[in-house]
Amino acid sequence: MGEVIVITSGKGGVGKTTTTANVGTALSLLDKKVLLIDTDIGLRNLDVVLGLENRIVYDIVDVVEGTCRPNQAMIKDKRFENLYLIPAAQTRDKTSVNPEQMKILCEELKKEFDYIIMDCPAGIEQGFKNAIAGAQRAIVVTTPEVSAVRDADRIIGLLEANDVHNVRLIVNRLRVDMVKKGDMMNVDDILDILAVGLLGVVPDDEGIITSTNRGEPAVTDAKSLAGRAYRNIADRITGKEVPVMDLEKESGFINAVKNLFKKK
Amino acid sequence: MDFFNFFKSKKESSKDKAKERLQLVLIHDRANVSPEFLEMLKGEILEVLSKYVEINQEDFDVTLTSAPNEDGTREVPALVANIPIMQMKRPEEINNNRK
Repeated sequence: MGEVIVITSGKGGVGKTTTTANVGTALSLLDKKVLLIDTDIGLRNLDVVLGLENRIVYDIVDVVEGTCRPNQAMIKDKRFENLYLIPAAQTRDKTSVNPEQMKILCEELKKEFDYIIMDCPAGIEQGFKNAIAGAQRAIVVTTPEVSAVRDADRIIGLLEANDVHNVRLIVNRLRVDMVKKGDMMNVDDILDILAVGLLGVVPDDEGIITSTNRGEPAVTDAKSLAGRAYRNIADRITGKEVPVMDLEKESGFINAVKNLFKKK
Repeated sequence: MDFFNFFKSKKESSKDKAKERLQLVLIHDRANVSPEFLEMLKGEILEVLSKYVEINQEDFDVTLTSAPNEDGTREVPALVANIPIMQMKRPEEINNNRK
């Protein structure tokens, strides 16, 4: 019996979809059977981040309305064994699906997959309620900014109120240089404020943009620091204990190497 | 004192400012206090206190804010009431009111 995990944040643009794509791919590389569901109906994006946009036939609304079977809507990623996507509908809106339907669908799909990861839309309305309806676990993504942390706090409260008690935090887009200067909140500051367990820290990494440009998740890039952070997160989701990497040391080293080549 | 720290310590770092502001705003967010709730609370406090003292109702005010906890490690929510007393009531007056 698999587990349903919702990836959410409240605020938009903090990296939910990127996190879903990377954590999902990393889990599939650990030999887990993974289904990603884009629940952002009307603003479909997970397909294009994963590079699967040309293979869509059916979507989540088709599944819920019974136009097709769930298996027909699943796009199998040819590059990664065990990775599947059910895309969001692009020409419908959030009210085309309700939480009760999502719950039933999750229950059914859990029999077939180790992990079902729901990419939640921004906001706290219907789309959010749909995305969390069938979830046992939640991953809250935030960035070290006041707006994102405030929204994360609100989301954590709403998850609790909706009986999702296993909630953990990813601090995304951390800039080590700014933290060092005291110009950005560090991970401890954020944990102090939010009082929630930490799942991982992902550094700000240009590699995320270039890999998304290509439609290839950063976890497949051995050189990407963010990719490595996501692989560690996937390990922790499976229950393995992996220490949080020392970003200061790592990025210091990588910059040193980069500078070495630049000088030539 | 370290030469560099001397210049640094002059100004509060922006991340400390961010943390401080967040802690304050979250106290309000979490408490989910509406103006109606505060008005109700104010009304009842006034009612009870008026049995014993005469209060300047115009300047009477109750607000939700934050204050450091006992060991000063973190900010906690606090209700602060400003209750200007005009006059204490005499015991016989109080007894009459209670009947």
